[in-house]
This record gives sequence, C-alpha cells and structure tokens, in this order.
Amino acid sequence: MNLHEYQARDLLKRYGIPVPDASVADTADQAGAIAQHLGGKVVVKAQVHAGGRGKAGGVKLAATADEARAHAAKILGMTIKGLTVHKVLVALATDITSESYVGIIVDRSSQRPVLMVSAAGGIDIEEVAAKTPEKIQRLPIDPRYGLLDHQALGLGFALYKDIAQARAAADVMKKLAVAFYAVGASLAEINPLVTTSAGQVLALDAKIVVDDNELDRRPEIAVLRDASAEDPSEVQARAAGLTFIKLEGSVGCCVNGAGLAMATMDLVKYYGGEPANFLDIGGSSNPQKVVSALRIITADRSVKAILFNIFGGITRGDDVANGIVQATKEFPLKVPIVIRLTGTNEAQGVKILTAAGFSALTDMDDAVKQAVARAKGRAA
Amino acid sequence: MSIFVNRDTRLVVQGITGRDGSFHSKQMLAYGTQVVAGVTPGKGGQTFEGTVPVFNTVADAVAATRANASVIYVPAAFAASAIFEAVDAGIPLVVCITEGVPVLDMTKVLPFVHERGARLIGPNCPGLISPGQSKVGIIPGNICQAGKIGVVSRSGTLTYEIIHQLSTNGLGQSTCVGIGGDPLIGTNFIHCLEAFERDPETRAVVMIGEIGGTDEQQAAAFVQSGMKKPVVGFIAGQTAPPGRRMGHAGAIISGSSGTAAEKMEAFARAGIAVMKRPADVVPLLRERL
Repeated sequence: MNLHEYQARDLLKRYGIPVPDASVADTADQAGAIAQHLGGKVVVKAQVHAGGRGKAGGVKLAATADEARAHAAKILGMTIKGLTVHKVLVALATDITSESYVGIIVDRSSQRPVLMVSAAGGIDIEEVAAKTPEKIQRLPIDPRYGLLDHQALGLGFALYKDIAQARAAADVMKKLAVAFYAVGASLAEINPLVTTSAGQVLALDAKIVVDDNELDRRPEIAVLRDASAEDPSEVQARAAGLTFIKLEGSVGCCVNGAGLAMATMDLVKYYGGEPANFLDIGGSSNPQKVVSALRIITADRSVKAILFNIFGGITRGDDVANGIVQATKEFPLKVPIVIRLTGTNEAQGVKILTAAGFSALTDMDDAVKQAVARAKGRAA
Repeated sequence: MSIFVNRDTRLVVQGITGRDGSFHSKQMLAYGTQVVAGVTPGKGGQTFEGTVPVFNTVADAVAATRANASVIYVPAAFAASAIFEAVDAGIPLVVCITEGVPVLDMTKVLPFVHERGARLIGPNCPGLISPGQSKVGIIPGNICQAGKIGVVSRSGTLTYEIIHQLSTNGLGQSTCVGIGGDPLIGTNFIHCLEAFERDPETRAVVMIGEIGGTDEQQAAAFVQSGMKKPVVGFIAGQTAPPGRRMGHAGAIISGSSGTAAEKMEAFARAGIAVMKRPADVVPLLRERL
C-alpha cells in the first residue's frame, strides 16, 4: 500500500525525523489559511501516488497566502499520470544548500532491509541509480542489531563533511530504520534530505510503501489507505477478497491462483487477444467469490468475452460452477463465457454447469483460443 | 530417488486441528505420507483421525515421534513463530504453506534458519511432493505420477497445470517443489536445481518462474555453469503491467527490472529451453531426453 507524502512525513515526524512545518488541505481556502498560519514563503504540493509531480506542474512556490490559495485552486482537481489530485500539502519553504537521498528497501538477495544513501539526491535519483550506481552506497541492516551507530555515522560522513551535519544525517538514518520496522514498510525513502543555509538537516519529501501483509496487525496504518487513488473496481474486488487489476483488453479473465492467472493472460495474448484484467479468486473459493468476480468483470464495458480458467486444488470445481450459475441468476451475462474447469471435483462442477446450459472445457489452450475468438465476435 | 522428501520423511503438522491443517492432513495421510504428529497448543494428548498424536509443542512432538520434517498451516500472524519453533526443535526441513506472512518477519526468520542449518521451503507455497513416496503440503496427489522429471516453481496452480501436462503425456516426476511466491523465501531455484542435479533419478528439470526479482536470472547463471541435466523454463507475467503486484507479493516489476522478457532472455542465453506457453513443456522435454 502506497502512502501519500503527507502521511509518510507525519509518520517520519512521529519517529523523530526533522521535517519542515506543514499541513494538508483539500480546498484552496484551507491551503491559503495554512500558508497564512505558517507565515512565510510556502510550497504547495499535489498529493498523488505518482512520481514527477513537479515536472507535471503539481508543485509550486508561493510568496504569500493569496498566491498559495491560487496555486492550490489550480493543482486541486488536476490530473497527474491519470490520477486526480484531491489534496495538497502546504509546507514552509526551505532554502536548500544541498540535496541527498536516504532510503531503505527490502532486498531479495541479501534477504534484509538495505539502507541506500547518496549525496546525489533530488529528482534525478533514478537516473543516478541507472547511470552511476557507484554514487549510491548500500548497507544491509542486520535485523537483530538494527542500524548500528558507527554504520550510520559512516554513511553520514558519506553525505556531509561537517561533523554536526554527519551526526544529524546518521540520526535520521537510525530513526528511519526504526520507523521501517515499526510501520511494516517495504520501502521508505527521504528524497531529498536537505541541508539549509542555517546548517539544519531536514527531510523535505518522503515516500513510504507498506507491505500489504502488515495491515491486519497495524490498523493505525491500514486506515491511511486512500481508496480514491485506486480504480473503483479494484477497491470493490479487495472488499470481496479477490485480487484484481484492471487492464485495457477485451477478454475478462477469472482464474484461481496468481501464477496461473498471469499465464492465462499471457496465453490470451499468445492467441492474438488482449486480457481485460488480472483476477485471482484465491485458494479456498466459495461460490460467493465467483459471483463477486463476475459482477466486477461484467461491469467493465470493454469486456467482450469472459474466460474462466480453473485448475482445482483447494479450489473446488463444484464451488466455482455453483458461483457461475448463481451469478447468472442474479444478473444476466451480456457477453459470451468460456469455461475451463479441471482438477478437484471437476465431474460435479461440469454436471452443475451442463444442467444450467453451460459447457465446460478441460484444456487451457482450447479455452483461451475460444475466448479470444468470441471476444473478436467470431464463433469459436 | 527424489529430493528433500521421500518414504522416510516423518512429518509433524503445525496447526493440524485448524481448518486448512486438518483438511490437508487427511489428504496427506490418504496419499501415504508418514504423518507422525500434529501440534496445536492446548490440544496436546488428543489424537487426530484416530491415528496421529497431537502435542502442545514441536519439541514434544519431536521427542516422542522422531519427526524429521514439519509442515505449517497456521495463520499468517503466527507463521514466523511457527518456523522459529520448528527450527529450534531441530527439524531439518520446514515447509510453510501459509500465505500473507509479513516480509519483515521473514528478515528475522531467515538468518535463524540458515544459522541452524535447516531448510525452509516457502512461505506462501504449495509444498512439495515426491510422487508415490511422500506429499508435504497441498499439491493434489492425483495429478502427479512417479518418474524422472524434477519440477520447481514459484507458483501453485500454474505448477499443477504443468504437472498435469507432464503426467497426461507419460512424463512422471521425481519431485515437484513449490518454492513460493513471496519476495523472501527459504529455498530458491538454485537450491532445488543443485539438488536435482545430484539426484540420480532426475533426468531433466522444469523451472517455472514469474515476474519480479532476479532469482530466475541467477538460476540461469547457475544452469549455465553448474548443470549437465537439461532444463526447460517458463516465465509467467509476460503481459503484466509494471509497478503492480500481480497477486503474489513477489510478482512485481520495478522499473525495467524483473520483467518476463528479461528473464526469458536470461534463460535462452543459459541454454534453457524457453516455453512460450505451458503446453510447450512436453515437446521441449521430449527433444531433450
């Protein structure tokens, strides 16, 4: 789950990391009032889950409260990379003397969180990572000891020559490492970490991604989810216990298991079609999940054919068949449906489907070929 | 022969009285797996299905039954603790089926597992099966057939699909291992490839990967340098959009890294026969056997 900048900086502040004074607003008037209260030059920043906000015009400096209000009025409602801006962060502007990068990700190969630090921070950090990776120092953190003092200070000196600033940066790194475990992050980054003309070290922008598997035990983090930033069908799917990702094609896919779901999408493409979605009904499928899945797929008007690909293991063929039959009683299917059903309780499932006037295939390739043909308006 | 599990595997089931644990314990017993013990704290002294003694702790179960493998079906919030307990009790092979284990829990579990010299398979995996000998986990036994093909996969049902293609075409399996779809797992492709290379019964290996991470690229490098047996590979997620988690926590393309195309190229460069679709597995294997 992605957190917004204002949520991430609130969390960092809670763990003792210095951030500029700021507040979040969802109207232009609020933004003006915040600027008035902060009493100085401010920066108005669009809060969307997208990089490149500045380049898209979603970050503006304002010298007065009126100017902040005017900027907020333009930024609120703006679309950045397909996402509508509903909130702006109004932060006291900082006079920046240097920009660094400090981040932590979970690294697959060392199987640990890895701290990454670079003196070449700022908006071009991804280019730095791609072109001059040697400018980024990496340190795996042993979860038993956390980030040790000397490790943090060593990296602090990699950023700043001044001992006070190196210590301040080391302190930020140590607090970031603590916050990383405390909020259940899979990524936490401060970019840029700046120095000011007064010599202060401040976290100017923050990004945190929380591991979805942490949310059950961290209700205080789970409430930070912004459903308005997601596709409504994906929100609906999550509530129904399904994993769903909307795509651009015309073959609606309903599959059990993530790997098989991806392989099914790939096969749709292989046979000349385009998948309309990724949808995994999960392991222990009850008929209701199948009903919800069909409701979500059929709500997508670009879907021209529906493809079920079920290889029963924990998922039972009769459950899936009952779900399909039940769904078609609740709402009519306006597009053709192709069902592939094999594995656990296959015979019972096929019997239920046949009795309701459906037919079922056993071979994945046959089913995908048929679904692609149907989506193109051809008889299979 | 086989890898990791065989006729001598003596299994303890952690969470044997739970919904999933009890269902799959019955399936494993029916398959012929030696399920020697179950563990559910507070239910020690009971018996499961009239034959399997239940203990309060894994240590008790090991002391009483000489169990040498464990399978975990407990909820995600307790999975890390269950792995620690099994490894601490001296179990050399721990298979964690549980899905949804927080990744940061695994950063603490894995160093412990490695220091004790144990092998962890999973989490978020279907387990493994050596057909005709032992099934540990949830892979349906009826689709498998004993034989000479090793199967290793990050997926669940896609693995069943591939096994089904193999069995219906007379290509039996030595062992099928589902290593799990999470970013941090105990046993990776290379561990399985090494074991299959050493196993005298296995003649060829099918490796099923997916988008996300670089495990497949590392496995390809291993195949090139360290394997004589033929390997056939598949990558799921050729049509996956970047930046989205495709069900499995580990299946996410970040930037230009972890794409299916990159992995398939790595396979091809390493001399691994690349399947374009699951049905290619049989002809590609036949050409190489």
